[in-house]
Amino acid sequence: MCRACRGIPLYAPLLAGTGACPLHILRRKVMNLLRVKAVAKKEFIHILRDPRSLGMGIAMPMLLLFLFGYALTLDVDRVPLIVWDQNNTPASRELVSRFSGSRYFALYRHADNYRDIERAINRRDALIAIIIPSNFAKLVESGRKAPVQALLDGSDPNTATYALGYAESVSRSYSRDINLRILRRVSGIEPEFGHLDVRPRVWFNTDMVSRNYLFPGLIAVIMMIIAALLTSLTVAREWETGTMEQLISTPLKGSELILGKVVPYFVIGILDLILSVLVGEFIFDIPLHGSLWLLFAMSVIFLTGALSLGVLISIIARNQLVASQLALVATMLPAFLLSGFIFPIDNMPAPVQGITYIVTARYFVKILRDIYLKDAGLAIMAGEAGLLLIFSIAAIAVSIRMFRKKIE
Amino acid sequence: METNRDTTGNDQAVSLKELTKRFGNFTAVDNITLDVKKGEIFGFLGPNGAGKSTTIRMLCGILTPTSGSGSVANFDIVRDSESIKASIGYMSQKFSLYEDLTVEENIDFYSGIYKIPADKKQVRKEWVIGMAGLAEHRLTRTAFLSGGWKQRLALGCAILHEPPVIFLDEPTSGVDPISRRNFWDLIYHLAEQGVTVFVTTHYMDEAEYCDRLGLIYRGGLIALGTPEELKTRFMAEEVIEVICDIPHEAMEHIEKLAGIRHAALFGRGLHVVAENSGVAIPAIAEILGGQNLAVSRIEKIIPSLEDVFVSLIEASDREQAPQREFTK
Repeated sequence: MCRACRGIPLYAPLLAGTGACPLHILRRKVMNLLRVKAVAKKEFIHILRDPRSLGMGIAMPMLLLFLFGYALTLDVDRVPLIVWDQNNTPASRELVSRFSGSRYFALYRHADNYRDIERAINRRDALIAIIIPSNFAKLVESGRKAPVQALLDGSDPNTATYALGYAESVSRSYSRDINLRILRRVSGIEPEFGHLDVRPRVWFNTDMVSRNYLFPGLIAVIMMIIAALLTSLTVAREWETGTMEQLISTPLKGSELILGKVVPYFVIGILDLILSVLVGEFIFDIPLHGSLWLLFAMSVIFLTGALSLGVLISIIARNQLVASQLALVATMLPAFLLSGFIFPIDNMPAPVQGITYIVTARYFVKILRDIYLKDAGLAIMAGEAGLLLIFSIAAIAVSIRMFRKKIE
Repeated sequence: METNRDTTGNDQAVSLKELTKRFGNFTAVDNITLDVKKGEIFGFLGPNGAGKSTTIRMLCGILTPTSGSGSVANFDIVRDSESIKASIGYMSQKFSLYEDLTVEENIDFYSGIYKIPADKKQVRKEWVIGMAGLAEHRLTRTAFLSGGWKQRLALGCAILHEPPVIFLDEPTSGVDPISRRNFWDLIYHLAEQGVTVFVTTHYMDEAEYCDRLGLIYRGGLIALGTPEELKTRFMAEEVIEVICDIPHEAMEHIEKLAGIRHAALFGRGLHVVAENSGVAIPAIAEILGGQNLAVSRIEKIIPSLEDVFVSLIEASDREQAPQREFTK
């Protein structure tokens, strides 16, 4: 008969032959929720009494959110432009006005020598310089090729590439208009061209605002950093202060300790998620197109894995400094660089792309974007969700296995 | 786990058989065999680094021995190390409660860990608070408690679940003498109730309070017995007490004599360790007389534990020195 409940009728039919009822076998072999509760309560007190961990748990995510929300944008517009118009004719002035009139360029000022241009680019007052030669109008009128020089600051290749592309499209449309004008003047008729007429229509992120695209990924990165950084200290701290020696001399099981330690940080993580969604909704106007419940369900899975990874790091390191360094390298950097949050995975070299498959933030970034921008359902993200779930379960299992109630 | 219990009903609470722990080339605990009876206060005496803590950690199931075996409360320390943990209370050398938690919160936490039943929780908590004299500091964070209070609270948390065996690793280091005295009253009280107490110390006066003592040095057990046995049987030399004028000057002259191991200032006089008191006493009287140092008493006495301890350690060093020379 089960020694724990001594024949309570509820379990009586289950007692025969097993020696104990399943509930009590579970309690003895796997974990006891009372112990988990005791550990969780103690951890909560630690957090509430330590302004640093409270700050790191709540204030840091908010700081990151605002910092990135305001500062981080991949949109290249209003590129500062400096112009040296050596020609100064109606034709050249029209070209300049086409540049300064487009939303992509903002005229910084006119120059009349290369020294000014050089200084403006060096001081980053201008990123691009357009130099129109003195025979520009003559060449244009005579229907010959008119060279226009564009000087670019290539130190930021991303922006330079965009700026060059914009410059080319501005000059292309200008030459087409010139050709039309010449043709009209020569032939006297309105020319009909069978040219392509692309009418673009953008789905999902209709305004193509990069913030809408970055923000959901930012949530993933923040949750990863907070979860792993905070929990990576908890077990190591107890080894350092000596309290772990007392704990491992008690019947407390590894599973109970780990679960108890994860619970309070889980609550903080969910709190961060709620705050992030609210900040996105009310401050940055990031429309959440998909289901809030799906967003939460996916976050719970991801958070569990991230927290367990932090605990695992803490268990392996047994030292707070090593643990935080390890957490930085194992969670923060990959979440930032390899998750596709800023840098598109498709543009990475093949070996690096291979590595991204083990960066869980990658899947969560994708899931969050799908929910936020596309209102995607569970069916579309089932693959990513499954991988996240597997990772989370594995991280918990490995943590419990790696935790030794022994010194050394 | 009933099945693992030794059913012969022996009355050993703690038993070590050839227990050894090595860390790389260093042997921290070397082949120790000893038994501690139920309800006994067993003192483990030795200088710092002798292997006391390592032994206790192995007995608590938190350190795996390199070889040898042991049992605590009839559980094997290797196979059943987890079962041991419900039957013991362990107080490590360093204060190991949570400093940012209050007195009550620490007690509640360990109550939860030891699964103290709800109906006993309050009683045990009040017992610990009363025992530690912390009634007015229930809501004080333990970081602000003095050493004596901390140590009694740590003991209280370690024995909340009323374990039959408790291990105390230098429980009174850094605690004032009155708190130490109170602490030992507590230990006596527990032993009266049948609790086995295994305590390490390097205070000689505390060693006197123990029922039995084990002397450990460089990882090896060099003496085992009651304090009386150690004082009367284990020392090869004899101790002579000399009370005289200008003892520190007398000491220099006495140490030059043949057959004298060493002399040390002790209270107002000297303790002289000699191979043979029958030869040494007249020799000491003669040399001090020659120096015009007035002697008021010179006689053989029962050695203090400290004398025994020092003598045994020196004997052990003499024995091991040639060996070490050789192994180099």
